[in-house]
Amino acid sequence: MNNAEMTDLEQLTNQEYKYGFVTDIESDEIPKGLNEDVIRLISKKKEEPDFMLEWRLKAYRHWLTLTEPAWANVKYPPIDYQSIIYYSAPKKTKKLDSLNQVDPELRKTFEKLGISLDEQKRLSNVAVDAVFDSVSVATSFKGKLNELGIIFCSFSDAVKEHPDLIKKYMGSVVPYTDNFFAALNSAVFSDGSFCYIPKGVRCPMELSTYFRINASSTGQFERTLIVAEDAAYVSYLEGCTAPMRDENQLHAAIVEIVAMENAQVKYSTVQNWYPGDKNGKGGIFNFVTKRGACRGANAKISWTQVETGSAITWKYPSVILQGDNSIGEFYSVAVTNNYQQADTGTKMIHIGKNTRSTIVSKGISAGKSNNSYRGQVKVSKGAENARNYSQCDSLLLGDKCGAHTFPYIEVNNPTAQVEHEATTSKIGEDQIFYLNQRGISTEDAVNLIVNGYCKEVFKNLPMEFAVEAQKLLSVSLEGSVG
Amino acid sequence: MIEIKNLCVKIEGKEILKGINLTVNKGEVHAIMGPNGSGKSTLAQVLAGRSEYEITKGEVIYEGINLLELSPEDRARAGIFLAFQYPIEIPGVSNVNLLKTAVNEIRKYRGEEEYDAIEFLTMIKKKMGVVEMNDSLLNRSVNEGFSGGEKKRNEIFQMAALDPKLAILDETDSGLDIDALRVVAGGVNKLKTPDNAVILVTHYQRLLDYIVPDFVHVLYKGRIVKSGTKELALELEERGYDWVKDECPVGA
Repeated sequence: MNNAEMTDLEQLTNQEYKYGFVTDIESDEIPKGLNEDVIRLISKKKEEPDFMLEWRLKAYRHWLTLTEPAWANVKYPPIDYQSIIYYSAPKKTKKLDSLNQVDPELRKTFEKLGISLDEQKRLSNVAVDAVFDSVSVATSFKGKLNELGIIFCSFSDAVKEHPDLIKKYMGSVVPYTDNFFAALNSAVFSDGSFCYIPKGVRCPMELSTYFRINASSTGQFERTLIVAEDAAYVSYLEGCTAPMRDENQLHAAIVEIVAMENAQVKYSTVQNWYPGDKNGKGGIFNFVTKRGACRGANAKISWTQVETGSAITWKYPSVILQGDNSIGEFYSVAVTNNYQQADTGTKMIHIGKNTRSTIVSKGISAGKSNNSYRGQVKVSKGAENARNYSQCDSLLLGDKCGAHTFPYIEVNNPTAQVEHEATTSKIGEDQIFYLNQRGISTEDAVNLIVNGYCKEVFKNLPMEFAVEAQKLLSVSLEGSVG
Repeated sequence: MIEIKNLCVKIEGKEILKGINLTVNKGEVHAIMGPNGSGKSTLAQVLAGRSEYEITKGEVIYEGINLLELSPEDRARAGIFLAFQYPIEIPGVSNVNLLKTAVNEIRKYRGEEEYDAIEFLTMIKKKMGVVEMNDSLLNRSVNEGFSGGEKKRNEIFQMAALDPKLAILDETDSGLDIDALRVVAGGVNKLKTPDNAVILVTHYQRLLDYIVPDFVHVLYKGRIVKSGTKELALELEERGYDWVKDECPVGA
């Protein structure tokens, strides 16, 4: 590609983050740093029962014995865990019954993001539990869900109102001993969502949560737990954007999914946190542990993710296929531009007989970014006839970015079938010229090609999310390619 | 419609076109023939705006404007269409999606209202008849897994949908069996009007049995060394290109 064209393409991708703004709401913060007193304070502020505090403290003590992992293919300066504020919540006036009582500043923020909590969501049949900074501020559609026995609430409320369910399932998929960031999250998590679908119930609407990091230098430690009892079904959406920031912000979330016999959980996410500026300054560190367990026969868990944001992403949504005939799926689009780094993939652990898993990963790297796929497929001894199909494609836009694939395959049963396909390609100038010659600008041509490349993943997203994802992709790639 | 004056073109330091002069008027069909490596495809690519080529001299006036100043997409929008010799595959992008985007870009450029889905599909259905296009190709990814014949047919189908003023067909006949050739050529003939023009780049005379040119030019070593009518093509067929090479002045 010649220089003139290169510049065009670079301009195209050198776009500023479109969702960078800060909402001015008084935050209720505790001082920086982490120790047992801080944990006690968090627990107290959240008016938690004793079992929760105990659990947090156990996790914290375990965390102290761990060291930060260094195996991911990402580079970042050391994190000072004592300079982070571990709790921040919009100041509470009183319990809110309706959206009209929500702070107008906050409402404006949501609207800027195109998320109107009320009408828009009702029209599109989505119930929203909005997490703003760390505390849930509004929950809608509770009534309708209540009738079906579905629980969809903030994690804090669940701890108080459904302690038995929390005790039974929290940490059952991702124990606090799992890894460094999981232990940290378990000690200090601020809030998150809880979703429980009782036996035989099909959740009639997509459940959706918007997370948003707001207060400066506040680590976000969200925790989500989704439980689908026998033959239950739920489709859960999580989407995020964050305001522009100079300092790096740590985000270490946990998502746990439990699917019992014949249950199905579909989890979709679009992640668009602040990726840092085009020189690599600022941006979110996104170190997330997401895991689902197919506990019963014929259970199915699908992860679909579109990752466009964050300075660093470190995330492996996984499925433990315990039940016979259970199914795990992972569909991922990960875009990195400028100086972003992503090390993402999945783990499929086959334990039950006839378990099946599918992995489709599409990595797109532009600018000076680095994009790694890291995936593990493990077939245990007893997993007769287990099958896995993995397809990992990397697309490079330009010649200053990197794409890497780290597949780990471990098969302990001779009847298993494991297939892995990987491709790396560049957007060809031939493709761009072909589209130019049909009257399509280079920017639109890149969008067409990239969206075409991601089609297999996008088709697994719920409709409104798929549209959003396509837009996000164009925004993320504006200014790259070569 | 288009006037090419003393066009000289280099790629990677090597001179490919050494002063091309060619005028094409509305309603005309010009065939550009010549042996391999004579610069035929380069001429087609340069007119379409391919950026690797360096234009060292000359100008191209298209409908009164300096064509060489326009971006490839603006040339397309202004009515120049190139049927590629090797149509590119674009995985995941459906033919119909590409065409809808392209048609609406061109309409926008012309100051016309964009088509909605129904208007677009009505138009497309009509155009499909031009090259006996199969419905199923519409929703398949652009050229992906298409046979050679399907790719070429798809190019002419796109041409039908985009309705260009000047169509440049680069070796559209290569790799086609006789039936496919008939369909593709038939498509081009159906699209011919007194208001548009066609430049056919071809190696063989065969295509000219189906699309009858008003003028034939022989390109050799970057220059047009002979121009004539349809009979020139027949003579070439009979006597081969060596005859032209022999007639060509030394050092050309």
